[in-house]
Amino acid sequence: MIFSNLAEKLQDTFDKLRGKGKLTEKDVKAALKEVKMALLEADVNYKVVKNFISKIEDRAVGKEVMDSLTPGQQVIKIVNEEMQELMGGSKEDIAIASEPPTIIMMVGLQGSGKTTSAGKLARKLSKDGKSPLLVAADVYRPAAIRQLQVLGERLDLPVFSMGEDSDPVDIAKGSINYASSHNCDTIILDTAGRLHIDQTMMEELESIKSTVEPNEILLVVDAMTGQDAVNVAKNFDDRLDIDGIVLTKMDGDARGGAALSIKAITGKPIKFAGTGEKLADLETFHPDRMSSRILGMGDVLSLIEKAEKSIDKEKAQALEEKLRKNEFTLEDFMEQMDQVRNMGPMEDILGMIPGMGGAKQLKNMQVDDKQLDYIEAIISSMTPEERRDPEVINGSRRKRIAQGSGTSIQEVNRLLKQFRQTKKMMKQLNSGKMKKGGGFNLPFFN
Amino acid sequence: MGFLQRLKDGLKKTKESFVNQVTNIFTGRTNIDDDLFEELEEVLIQADVGVKTTFTLIEKLREDVDQEEITEPEELMDYFQKELQSLLQNDEGGFKFDKDLNIIMVVGVNGAGKTTTIAKIAGRYKEEGKKVMLAAGDTFRAGAIEQLQIWGDRLGVNVIAQQEGSDAAAVAYDAVQSARAKDVDLLIVDTAGRLHTQTNLMEELKKVKRVIDREAAEISAGVEVLLVLDATTGQNAISQAKLFNDAVDVDGVALTKLDGTAKGGIVIAVKNELDIPIKLIGVGEAAEDLQNFDPEEFIEALFSSEE
Repeated sequence: MIFSNLAEKLQDTFDKLRGKGKLTEKDVKAALKEVKMALLEADVNYKVVKNFISKIEDRAVGKEVMDSLTPGQQVIKIVNEEMQELMGGSKEDIAIASEPPTIIMMVGLQGSGKTTSAGKLARKLSKDGKSPLLVAADVYRPAAIRQLQVLGERLDLPVFSMGEDSDPVDIAKGSINYASSHNCDTIILDTAGRLHIDQTMMEELESIKSTVEPNEILLVVDAMTGQDAVNVAKNFDDRLDIDGIVLTKMDGDARGGAALSIKAITGKPIKFAGTGEKLADLETFHPDRMSSRILGMGDVLSLIEKAEKSIDKEKAQALEEKLRKNEFTLEDFMEQMDQVRNMGPMEDILGMIPGMGGAKQLKNMQVDDKQLDYIEAIISSMTPEERRDPEVINGSRRKRIAQGSGTSIQEVNRLLKQFRQTKKMMKQLNSGKMKKGGGFNLPFFN
Repeated sequence: MGFLQRLKDGLKKTKESFVNQVTNIFTGRTNIDDDLFEELEEVLIQADVGVKTTFTLIEKLREDVDQEEITEPEELMDYFQKELQSLLQNDEGGFKFDKDLNIIMVVGVNGAGKTTTIAKIAGRYKEEGKKVMLAAGDTFRAGAIEQLQIWGDRLGVNVIAQQEGSDAAAVAYDAVQSARAKDVDLLIVDTAGRLHTQTNLMEELKKVKRVIDREAAEISAGVEVLLVLDATTGQNAISQAKLFNDAVDVDGVALTKLDGTAKGGIVIAVKNELDIPIKLIGVGEAAEDLQNFDPEEFIEALFSSEE
C-alpha cells in the first residue's frame, strides 16, 4: 500500500511525542530528526527534506507549541499543514483545446511507463466521452508500435502509426490530419523513452513540441525513482516546459518520495497516478488526499469515488427493491459481488480505510481475492432453480455443487448459512426502517 | 574503445557530481571535523547510497580516524575509497558457465530493462561462439514477445515463444526441452516485469523457477537467476532485491541505466544490505556497454583523474 511505510514511521515518532505533557526544544529536534530520516529513506530529495524540516522547526519550537497543552499534536498538525503545502493544493485537470484536437504528449525516461500510461489515459478519456487517438511516435524501441497497437485493440480505440522508418516529428504532424478525418478529438502522442541528458533525443522532443504545439505535455515518472527524480523532472521541464506529471507504479511499496520532491522543485502538479497492471488502473491524483495518506489518515474520498464509478446505479436500485421485498436471491448476490470486485483488489480497498493503513494486525494480512472466486464457483455450479430458492438444496445437491465447483461440502454449507443470515437480517431491517436512496448497499460486506 | 574507457564514459555523470563533491570535501579543508562527516553524509544520501549504508560508511571512517590516527583530510580520502571498495567486494562478476547447458532466468520490476539486458547478454555470448537461445517468458505485456523476437532476428538467435497470455512456465518448459535437443550452451529466459509486492505474480514467478529447476536437474544444467535493477531507482531497490530474493533466490544483480544517473549509490546499498553480488552493470546503449562488474575497476574509473 502506498506510503504505508512512511506513515508508520511518522506515526511511531509522533506517538512518542503524544505521550509527553510538556515538550522541550530537544524533544522536538529529536522527533524531527526521525521525520528527516523517514523522508530520506522514502527517497524525498535531500534539499527538499532540509527545507521542509527547517520550516517545521521554526514553527514547532515557537511559543504556540511549547505553551500548548498538547504539544505533540500541535507538531503533528504543523507537519500535516506543511506537507499539504508541499504537495500542492487541489487536483488539476488536463487542458482541453478550445478547438479540437486536444494534443497530449507523453514524455519520460526509458521504462517509466509511457506506453502503458498512454493506453490508460486513452481509456480514461474515452470513458469521459472523448474520442482519443493513440499515436505511436516511438520508432526506436523494438515492438513499441506493436505494444501500442495491441493496447488500442484491447480498448477498441484507433492507433496511428507510420512504421519504424518515419521521423517522429512527421508522425506527430501526420496524426493531426488522421484525427480530423477519423473524428478523433484528442491525440495522445507516445514518444520514445530517453535519458534527460541525451541532447539529440531531447532536441527531437523540442521539435515535436514546436511543430504540433501540444496542449498538454505530461512527464511520466516511475514512483520508485530515487534522488535523481528532481534532476530528471527539472531537465524535461527546462526544455519542454511540461504541464504535469504522471506518477507510475504506485501500487508497489515505493514510498513515493519522488512525488514530494518533483512538486517542490518544479512546481508542476502531479495529475495522474498509475496504480496497477490493468488498463483501468489510472487515478486522478489528489494532492490533498495524498498528504493525509502519507500521514496515515486514510483515503475515504478515493474509496467513495471508486464505489460510485464501479457500481451501476440502476442495478443498485433494483437490488434495493428486491431487498425490501425480501426477494433477494443468490443470483443477486453474485451480481453484487461482481460490482464490489469491479472496485479493484480487496487489499487496495482496505488500504483506503482510515486506520487500516497503519493497523499492525493488518500489516501482513493478505486479503484473498480467491475466496471470492470460490463463492462465485459455488453459485455458478447451482441450477437456476437452486439459486432462486436455496431451500431446495439437499444433501446430494450439496455434494454435486461441491464437486462441480471444486470446493468442499463445508464451503457450500458456509455460503448457504451466510446467505440465510443475510436474508434474516434484511427481514428485520425491512420491518424497521431502511435507508432510502443510498445509491448502493452492500450487506454482505458490512 | 577499451572497456575501461567505456566504463569511464558511462560513469561520467556520477563522477562529475558524486566524486567531485566527495573530493571537494576532503581537499577543501585543513582538519577532520564533524562538518566533514556531515557534508559527506549529505553527498552520500544524495547519491542514493541510503541512510543505513551511509551511516555504516561514516562509522567506519570515524573508526579509521581513531585507530590510524589520521589527521589529514586528504589522507582520509584514500580510506574512503578503500572502504567503498571493500563494501563492494564481490566473489565474481559475470556468469559461471560451468555446465553443458547454462540457463539464466531474468527477473525484475516493470521497465527495469530486462529485455534489453537479455539482448546484450545474448549478443555477447553469441560473439564468443556460444550457441544461444532465448525464451519469450513475458507473455503478459503487449508487444513483449515481438520485442524479443526482433532482437532474436537481429542477433541471429533462436527464440522460443508461445501466444501472448499463455503460461510462462509452459514457455520455460518448452525452451529447456528445445535447448537440450538443439545442444544450446546458453538459454536466457525472459519473464514479465512485475512489482515485487504483487503476491500472485510472485507466485507465478516461483512456478516458472520450479519448472526450470526441475527440468534442469534432469539434464544437470546450471541455473542462475539474474535480477535487473534500474540504477535510477531509489531505496525501493532494496525492497525489490529482498522480495525477489525471497521468491526465487537471486544469484546476482544487473544494474542498468547507470549512464543516465549521477546516483549509482544504490549499487553500494544493495551489496551492503543484502549481500547479493553485482554481476553486470549497464553504462550505455551499445552492447559492449553491459560489462562484468569489477569493484576495483569501478572505483578506479570513478576516482581516476584522467578523462
